[in-house]
Order: sequence, then C-alpha cells, then structure tokens
Amino acid sequence: MSASSSGAALELKNIRKEFPGFTAIEDLDLKINAGEFFALLGPSGCGKTTTLRIVAGLETPTSGRVFLGGEDITDTKPHQRAVNTVFQSYALFPHMTVLDNVAFGLRQRKVEDPLKKAQDALALVELGHLADRRPQQLSGGQQQRVALARAIVNRPSLLLLDEPLGALDLKLRRQMQIELKAIQIEVGLTFLHVTHDQEEAMDMADTVAVMNKGRIEQMGAPEALYDRPKTAFVSKFLGQSNLFIGEVVESNDSAVSINVSGNKITVPTARAEKTAGKIAVGVRPEKMQFHESAPAAAAGLNILGPGEIIDIRFTGVSNQYLIEIPNVGAVTVFAQNVGKSPVVELGANVWVSFKVEHAFGLADLPVGTEED
Amino acid sequence: MTSLIAKPAAGRSRNARNARKMRLGDSVLWVYTAVALVFLLTPIVYTIVYSFNDSVRSNTVWEGFTLHHWTNLCDQPGICASVGNSFFIGGVSTLVSTIIGTMMAIALVRYRFRARSLVSLLLFLPMATPEIVMGAGLAALFFNSGTEFGMTTIILAHIMFCISFVVVTVKARVQTLDPVLEEAARDLYANPFKVFMKVTLPLLLPGIISAALLSFALSFDDFIITYFNNGSTKTFPLFVYVSAARGVPAEANVVSSAVFLIAITVVIGMQVVSAARRKKFSA
Amino acid sequence: MAIAGFSASPSKGGSKRNSKGASKSALKGDRKGAWVVGILLAPGLIYLSLFFLTPLVQLVVTALESPDPSYAIGAYVYDLNFQNFVDVAVKYSLQIFRSFGYALLATIFALLISYPLAYFVGVKVRRWPMLQRMTLILVIAPFFISFLLRTVAWKQLLAQGSPLLEVLQNLGLVAHGGYFIGTPAAVVFGLTYNFIPFMTLPIYTTLERLDGRLLEAGSDLYANPFKVFTKITLPLSMPGVVSGTLLTFIPIAGDYVNASKEFLGAPDTSMIGNMVDQDFLANQNYPYASALSVLLMATILILVSLYVRRAGTEELL
Repeated sequence: MSASSSGAALELKNIRKEFPGFTAIEDLDLKINAGEFFALLGPSGCGKTTTLRIVAGLETPTSGRVFLGGEDITDTKPHQRAVNTVFQSYALFPHMTVLDNVAFGLRQRKVEDPLKKAQDALALVELGHLADRRPQQLSGGQQQRVALARAIVNRPSLLLLDEPLGALDLKLRRQMQIELKAIQIEVGLTFLHVTHDQEEAMDMADTVAVMNKGRIEQMGAPEALYDRPKTAFVSKFLGQSNLFIGEVVESNDSAVSINVSGNKITVPTARAEKTAGKIAVGVRPEKMQFHESAPAAAAGLNILGPGEIIDIRFTGVSNQYLIEIPNVGAVTVFAQNVGKSPVVELGANVWVSFKVEHAFGLADLPVGTEED
Repeated sequence: MTSLIAKPAAGRSRNARNARKMRLGDSVLWVYTAVALVFLLTPIVYTIVYSFNDSVRSNTVWEGFTLHHWTNLCDQPGICASVGNSFFIGGVSTLVSTIIGTMMAIALVRYRFRARSLVSLLLFLPMATPEIVMGAGLAALFFNSGTEFGMTTIILAHIMFCISFVVVTVKARVQTLDPVLEEAARDLYANPFKVFMKVTLPLLLPGIISAALLSFALSFDDFIITYFNNGSTKTFPLFVYVSAARGVPAEANVVSSAVFLIAITVVIGMQVVSAARRKKFSA
Repeated sequence: MAIAGFSASPSKGGSKRNSKGASKSALKGDRKGAWVVGILLAPGLIYLSLFFLTPLVQLVVTALESPDPSYAIGAYVYDLNFQNFVDVAVKYSLQIFRSFGYALLATIFALLISYPLAYFVGVKVRRWPMLQRMTLILVIAPFFISFLLRTVAWKQLLAQGSPLLEVLQNLGLVAHGGYFIGTPAAVVFGLTYNFIPFMTLPIYTTLERLDGRLLEAGSDLYANPFKVFTKITLPLSMPGVVSGTLLTFIPIAGDYVNASKEFLGAPDTSMIGNMVDQDFLANQNYPYASALSVLLMATILILVSLYVRRAGTEELL
C-alpha cells in the first residue's frame, strides 16, 4: 500500500463483534481522516478496546469491514497491517534492550539500518541515553515513551493507543499528553487514542467519539460535543450536566419550552433533538448562576427556584454548589473562584438562572426516568 | 469508655508476650530446620565420603583414603558401560519428553477447550501411579507385542513418565508469560513463527531448561520401571541394584557423587547467575 | 513523511481467523484455535495413550488370564478369570495390609517432618531470597543422589556395629544387642526419608504463594501467632498438604526397594511391590502379578477420584 500523505484514513463499516455470552460491539460506523488525532472515549466495558483490537487485527469482527487508506484489510493478519499499537501495559519485551525493543518491528520488516533508525526514534522521545538498558530498569513514564518510540519508528499508516497514560501519575500524564500531541503533529501520523478519561480526550483530540454499550453515541470536535451533547449519556460522561425533564408545552421554529413542575425551561429549536412529548433539557453547571434574591424575568433567561444550598465543595479553581430545588431536583452550579463571588452559606435559599442559548435538548431521557 | 482504655494496655502486654513467644518459636524453627537438613544430607555425605574408601569388594567398612576409585573408575567391570547407557537414555528421553511436554503445557495454559480436565487428569495419572504398576504394564505390553527388550524399550518407558513432569514445570513458566507480549510482536510485523522464536521461546527457556534437567534426573535415577523393561541393557541404577546383594563397589559412589556435584553446581550456579543479573538490571 | 518500504497486502488465505489474544478473546473456540490445540496436544496424548493407558489395559487383560491347558510355566490364555483377584487378595493379604500400613505411617511421619521445613523455607525466610533458594536446593539435594545409593547409605549407617546404631541403643530406641536394619521400623524409616522431598515441595509451593499480608491482618485482628497458624496458615496450605500426601502415599504403597532384603528390609517386611516382582519375574505368574498390580492401581484411583471430586482437576497439575 502506498501512502501519499503521512497517515492514512480509517473506515469501519457496520462492525459487529460477538463473544460467547455477550455482544461487545453492536453496530459501529467510524471514519477517521488521514493525519487526524481521533479519540475513542467511553467507560469500561463499552467496547472501545475491542474496537481497537479489531483495527489492529488482534480480533476479527463477527461482521463488518475495516478499510485502511481505502483498502479492505479486514482479513489481513496483524503482522501484515501497517498499523501499530501502544499497549496499555506497554508490553515491552523484557529479554531485549530498549534499543532492540524499538528496532524489533524494523527488523521484522527487514528495513535497512534498523539500529540507527531506532536510535533516532529514541532521540525523538528523549531517551537516547537509555538505549542499552532493559525495560525493567526504566520508570513507568520512560517505559511508556519507549513503547511509543517502538510503534512510531515503523511510520505506520495508523497508530493505535490503548489508554497509554492510565498508569502514570497526574503530573506525568499531563506532560505526556502535550508530548504525544506534539509528536503526532510533527510526524504527521493518524492517531486513534482509546481512553476513559474525558479531559484527556477533549484536550488532545481533533475528533472525539463517545462510545457506550457497543455503539457510538455521538462524534465530533471536542468543543461541539461539549457545547451540545445529544444524548443523556454523553451529557453526563463528557463533563457534567444538569438535566431537567418535562413535557413540551410550546414549540416553534425558534424555541422549544418544557414545563418542569411549574417552571418554564426554554431551549433554542436549533439545539433541540426532540421537539414533542417528554424531553430532557440540560445545561452545564458552569453556565449557571445563582442569586440570593429572585432575579427579574428576562427574555432569553431560564430561571428556577428557590432552592436550598445543601452542599458546597471547594476545588481550588471553583466552588461547586449543590442546590436542592423542590419538585425539580438537585442542581449543580460551578462558580469560578474570583475572590469576590457572593459568598453564601449552607442552607441559604437561592435562585438559579442560565441563558436559553446555553441549553441543549437531548434525544433521549436519562436512565431511570419513566416514560409516559 | 473505660473498657476502650483498658483494652490497649492489656493488648500491649499480650503483644509483648506474643513477641517473646514468637522469638522462641522462631529459634526452635531455625534449629529444627538445621537438624532436618543435616538429616536429609547425611546419606549424601556418606556416599561421597565412601567414594574415597580404600575398599576392594564391599564398601561397608572404612579402610583408608584413596583416590583410586576416582582415577580408575572404569576398572570396575560394567560400571562405565552402564553409566554410558544411562546418559544416552537420559539424553534421548529428555529431548523427546521436553518437546512433547512443552507443546502440551502451552496448549493447556493458552487455550480453552472442552477436554481440558481430561487432559489434565491423563497427565496427572503417571505421576500418581506406582512405578511397579507402570513397569509391569509396559513389560506386559512389550511382551505381548513381541518387542525385544533393550535400549529402545527403556527409552520408550522413560519418555512416558517424564512427559508429565515436563508439563508441570513448563506450565508454571507459561503462566507467567503475559500474552500481550506476543500480541505486541504480532503488531510489530512478526509472523506466528517469528513470534514463537523471538518472544515466546526465549521467555520460556528458563522453564524449559528446568524441565529438561528434571527429566534427565528422573531418567538417570529410574530403577523400578527400567528393571522390568531392560532386557540385557544395564543402566547405572540396575548396576547398583544387582551389586547390592554382594556389596556396592565404591566406584558406584564415585559415579553418584560426581553426578551429584555436577548437578548441585549447575543448580547453584544458575541461581547465582540470575541473582547477579537481577542485581545488575535493578541498578 | 513517507512510510518507509512497507506494503500491506491482504492475505489471500481466505477466512483464516486468528483470535489469539488477551482478556476476553482468551476463549478460543474458533476453528484455527482448535486446530493449533490439536497439533500441540496430539503427540503427547498419543504417546500417553500408547505407553500409559494401553499398558494399564494390558494389565487388566493379563490379570484375567487363566493358566494354559498345558500348564506349562509362563503360559496363559485369555479368559475372564476374576478368581485371580480373589486369589491374590487372599494370598497376599498380609503384604497388602502391610504396604498400606507402612505407607500410612511413612506419610504421616513425612508430613510431620516436612511441614515445618516447608514453612521455614516458604514463609520464614522470605525476607532473604538467596537463603530461601539455597535452603530449597538443600531440601531437594537428595534427588541428585541415586535413590538406591541413598538407601544403601542408611543401610550401612545403621548396620550392626555402626556408631549411629550405638547411639540409638543408648537412647533406648533399639534394644541393646538388637538390630535395626531388617525391621519394619527400618523400612518405614527409609520410606519416610526418601519421600520427604515429595511431601515438602507441594506444601512449600502453596506456602510460598501465601500472601504475607493475610498473616499480618490476622495479627492486626488480635490473633496470637498460634491462632494465626491454625486459623489462617494451615487452612490455606491444605491444597499443598493434600497434594503432597497423595504424591507421597501412592508411590510408597507401590515401593519395594526399601523393603527388599538387599536394602532395608527382610523377607518378613515384603510389600506389594516385592510380591509383584516375585510373581512377574521369578514365578512367571503373570496373572497374579497383574491382578495384584490392578488391585493396587484401583485403590489408588479411588483415592485420586475422591481428591478430584473435592478439589477439581485444575489443582492436579
């Protein structure tokens, strides 16, 4: 296969994977553009690792096809695919030196001058001085970088990363996120990064796909996904959301309104997935404000309250308030810690408000809600 | 509240008493182990010492120190031939049983199949069957099929009982081998053959070597099964058994001591080497 | 950046699925997996069927044979002569009881001696890995000296006139002017000695895997060392104890070297093994020898199946 650009495009069509006793992937369609940093995000057991293994060739789909750079590689064996993986546990060969580890793929492909190329790859990850050590002698972060070098040195059409930063402590993880992104841009490969850490996905990826129970629920740029989640799962998994459930009472071309126990919540029609029946409307906690006295009604503003502050958490950057509004539920509000925000105490009665343009309407209802 | 305060105090003196009891118990255990080890090693020391005994026929009374038996080992009729036979039989049996056993060990650990329990049982039975039963059975088999008793029948018998021990030893090693390493190799363009040669085999090698050594030791030392199936071929244990009636010559002690010293050196050497390597790579 | 010299062409081999891998896909039920398993297991299975199972069948067949009408020595014909089993059980009832009796005693002694040893190596000296490994080597060192010579050594060490025997006499364990070699005690002694490593190793393996934190948790919860041992260590080491017991009792029951008169025994300490030897090689009474072997094997199979029923086959190997 020839590659005109550095990375290649990946396409998964109607992928289904069944194991004895359960179905890991229901019906998966995926397109990744060449040179893109793509994140597959989801909780444990959602099928993201299985998807990765199918792309790598370590699993065969029960049905469906895999295309790399336009070519059907579904029946190709892993050692014949131009795809390399950075494994979650790094999987460095303990009986070889770091240099031999990195040169392994090159040697299997009988590439010229494997050791020099391996040394260059190590230099790229700033570990050139550790070439003669054994993996056991390296720290977790160093092993992770060796695993990365070992994969990248082969210039694969597609690089797969299986939660590679999971075992690192927070600071190292942040550092590696920056480095990974930099390397991806510099070398120009296509990255498929599997993770359950939504901050990581949003930070590093050009496109994020949120996966749940064997399906992709929503896919798009991180900002788009965050700004307008389309399902209850995505709204809760990617960041936090307050969800309000009610019957649609008004619906026209510009706005949809629902009745939440006497309170009217409005969402722009362009941001609503469903416009009739019982729907869920949500808003991000940081988009909300609370008021110590009832705010004046205004167009474009949703108001709820009054409610009692039942919990306050201090997280350094912000204060998180949990407000219990009767007949509505518990609402979370993030207030940025700028020093002069109204300081209220536990038990205080407050109103909450948020702009209509920040609301989003979901296609489904949260798990556990009764349908009428 | 008072009970809570009282308990810690009582607990402290109980702990002190326990600590003293533990120290006493500890030293008893150390002494016991030392005595037990001396007990275990006494016949070994005896055998080695008496290989230097200036005896002619029977080696029961100490008559003086000599190196004669060590230097003129093959003067004793039949002994060198029997040792040679034992080495040859041991070598062939080890080779075949190690290969067969390693294959089975990999299959048992890495694959799930319905007949797994049966296979495990079939492998366990030779280890649990008395040698007399296996020896007599094999003799009956060879006799009824008209096979001539000799080197071949001995080797066939030895391979049989070595396989199970090889499987047990290699299995333990395979279980420590993370399958993800082989996946990584496949991901890095190695075909299945290369995966086995470059990753699986090197990492299994210590276990395979242990299994081979164990197999050789079992074969070399085997008496009962060999006794029933040997025809006219003499192995070293058979030589010892036959000569036990009139007196085991000191040359037998020499052979056994030599084998022991080589084996012990190899085993201890392997430990020292791997300890040194561990130290080097944890720096 | 061009992809250096790589070409990935789809395999023309059709649907060769290869699902070897970690975690969920470790369940290999598919075609290729089954194929590989077959190849890996075939040589061993065939070999053991041929040279282990078939001989056992042979034994049963021979055990049912009857004497040839010509009554020539060593000549027998196929038959279903179950009487052989009865004959053998009656004729050798003494040896049978004696064998199992010796085996029981030797196993108990081996257990009592081995357990503290295994505990020492597996638990006490964990802190010093080198010492642990060296001690373990010393425990299995007897394996490296010929089994026969080990036994001969004790025969000499405890023969009449030896210093060790005098010590035993002074301690009152042996009657003054009496002898040790040739007595049942000597046979049991030899059996115990020879099989201590067989008992120690499985117990050691189990104890070695014992998580030290469990013992710490016990002390933390107010258990004194004795209680920690009886309530935590001992129960958790039971798999090793059972395994060691099986691996000791069974070979001992079939042993005859220790009991033979050339070694530690005398004609009146003969065990099942000696009788099989005699009938097979001396008397050429193959049916009797086989019947006795089958009886021994049957008893052992019953013991093993009881064990397997309790513990499952995973623990066997």
